Amino acid sequence: MKIVVCIKQVPDTVDVKIDPKTGNLIREGLPVIINPDDKVGIEAALSIKEQIGGTVTVISMGPPQADVALREALAMGCDEAILVSGREFGGSDTYATSGILAAAIKKFGHFDLLITGRQAIDGDTAQVGPQLGEKLHIPQVSYVEEIKEVAEDHLIVKRQFEDGYHIIKIKTPCLLTAIGELAKPRYMTVDGVMDAYDKEVKIYGFDDLKDDLELDMIGTKGSPTNVYQSFPKQLKAPGTVLKDMTDDEYVNAIMTKLEEKHVI
Amino acid sequence: MSKGIFIIVEQRNGKVQNVGLELIGEATRLKADLGDDVYAVLLGYNMKDEVEKLYHYGADKVILVDNKYLKDYATEPYTKAVAEVVKKFDPEIMLFGASSIGRDLAPRVASRVKTGLVADTTGLRMAKTEQELSQEAAHGCKTPERALLMTRPAFGGNLLATLMCPRTKPQMATVRPGVMKKIDKDESRKGELIKLDVEFTADDMNIEILEAVKAEKKMVDITEAKVLVSGGRGVGKDGYEMLKACADQLGGEVSSSRACVDDAACEWAKPEMQVGQTGKTVRPDLYLACGISGAIQHVAGMENSDLVISINKNDTAAIFSVSDLGVVGDVKKILPKLTAALKKYNEAKANA
Ligand SMILES: Cc1cc2nc3c(=O)[nH]c(=O)nc-3n(C[C@H](O)[C@H](O)[C@H](O)COP(=O)(O)OP(=O)(O)OC[C@H]3O[C@@H](n4cnc5c(N)ncnc54)[C@H](O)[C@@H]3O)c2cc1C
Ligand SMILES: Nc1ncnc2c1ncn2[C@@H]1O[C@H](COP(=O)(O)O)[C@@H](O)[C@H]1O
Repeated sequence: MKIVVCIKQVPDTVDVKIDPKTGNLIREGLPVIINPDDKVGIEAALSIKEQIGGTVTVISMGPPQADVALREALAMGCDEAILVSGREFGGSDTYATSGILAAAIKKFGHFDLLITGRQAIDGDTAQVGPQLGEKLHIPQVSYVEEIKEVAEDHLIVKRQFEDGYHIIKIKTPCLLTAIGELAKPRYMTVDGVMDAYDKEVKIYGFDDLKDDLELDMIGTKGSPTNVYQSFPKQLKAPGTVLKDMTDDEYVNAIMTKLEEKHVI
Repeated sequence: MSKGIFIIVEQRNGKVQNVGLELIGEATRLKADLGDDVYAVLLGYNMKDEVEKLYHYGADKVILVDNKYLKDYATEPYTKAVAEVVKKFDPEIMLFGASSIGRDLAPRVASRVKTGLVADTTGLRMAKTEQELSQEAAHGCKTPERALLMTRPAFGGNLLATLMCPRTKPQMATVRPGVMKKIDKDESRKGELIKLDVEFTADDMNIEILEAVKAEKKMVDITEAKVLVSGGRGVGKDGYEMLKACADQLGGEVSSSRACVDDAACEWAKPEMQVGQTGKTVRPDLYLACGISGAIQHVAGMENSDLVISINKNDTAAIFSVSDLGVVGDVKKILPKLTAALKKYNEAKANA
């Protein structure tokens, strides 16, 4: 089975700092990681390969530094890595990103299974997966928490909902989006790390993809959404403290607050 | 010209979900500025009985696509139906619930109809100020006074961003459940029903649902709970029933502090309930801190909660400095009274 996994390099958000003046993320010096859901996707792909054979290719769109994420994926055991990078792609929103990734996957060629993470921890949108499925005209199942059966022409997966689950049979080629429950990512091996640095990371730039792109729908200019402004979350100002009232008065004050804030 | 505020109303097992009604409520507020009608789009099978309710909560029109292909949620038939609606009606705005259904469906639709999509929003408003209108125009928006500004958290809630979708229609967003407010139900409200036929073929059902299971309640995960009633040492070893009763009325879960979890006498306080630096980081809509002192290690795990209310008998407790509302008193007396008040409130609401 030919498997492609889309991975994104993201800042380790535990350490996120926001520039108070501009409201933008301070990216300098931030540790970067493979987005956690994407690592789960890699693990799921590797274990399918171990079960029924095949290859695992990882693709990332980003600046040249995203090479690090791809090499980590190679060190985990992936066979091949592609970096999609170009000035023209910077500032892409999810629509534009999925269009560029779709063009890259078309260039890559035939695949049976495409895996993305459900959601990247920087933008938190969970949109690139389904948008990519649409652009490649393949069926999708998102929120996959278990792969129950894999065959060359179909998979049976468990799809999570807030209030239950579906067991779904889906024909290949198809797209799955991975959530944390799906797998526990393995560590890189020492041999893997050594090999990873000998392997080639292919680079697809604008010229390689331009025939398959909607040229007016990429990058900062072409993205259909734009950030109007961003600002750090307001720190909580200390609120009111009520004293020396009866218990019933306290209860009324709490009830009023709960209604005001639409908790009830 | 694009026109109308369209809500994709979520239904599960044939029942309209709250988030749909919340979005209709929000749409009526946007209508006050935009002037366009509110359309509720209902997709499902044998859904006729749910239509009236949508008028009662503020929809001017209901578009019903009733078809056996839409019985259980499946991506392709739903995408096809919503894309038809977009093609036929050319909406100005289209909103989906940011649920595990809406976040699967909306991006698929946005790609198909070639428009932008803003994820998991918590605030919506029409552009109004000079600056807003000129920014929209600068980004190529031809009708800035009809432009929607969509605010959402990103980077795990550390950052809020307001986005626009200036050049393509519909202006689309998914909206976080529980954030917008329903309007009061009014059974005298009437509307217009538009039945839309969408042709489905066997090929549209490109997956096979082998089993659809409504799960019994999963193991409690306090990081997922919208409401946490959290008990500390002030609640003590016999406090669980009291916390649980209150949490039940609020539809929430019980959590705790390290002091309690480490205290062998507090058997009810399990490690998976622990909030704080060595426990879990939580971000509920309401964190009700009961008899918790608010040590810095605890606060680190709950300070991003939307609303913090605390009950503590010590008026210098640190928890008060991170609380929206604090009351100085005995939690063992106040909490049961609060539970009773909530119970009364819920009963009144159920009968309304
Ligand atoms: C807080 C926030 C919320 C957002 N919410 C949404 C949303 O709900 N829906 C939506 O569609 N969009 C959303 N966006 C995206 C937004 O519309 C645009 O992506 C944004 O204007 C781009 O600014 P940036 O500085 O974040 O992008 P950048 O940091 O420039 O990165 C954008 C993308 O381009 C890639 N990239 C950067 N440089 C290169 C390069 N040299 N070569 C190749 N690739 C490169 C990156 O990997 C990344 O995927 C959001 C953005 C932010 C900051
Ligand atoms: N720049 C990118 N390169 C590769 N994959 C990406 C990129 N952006 C998003 N993805 C994939 O899409 C998923 C969802 O991302 P998002 O919509 O940003 O939350 C991620 O988990 C990745 O698998």
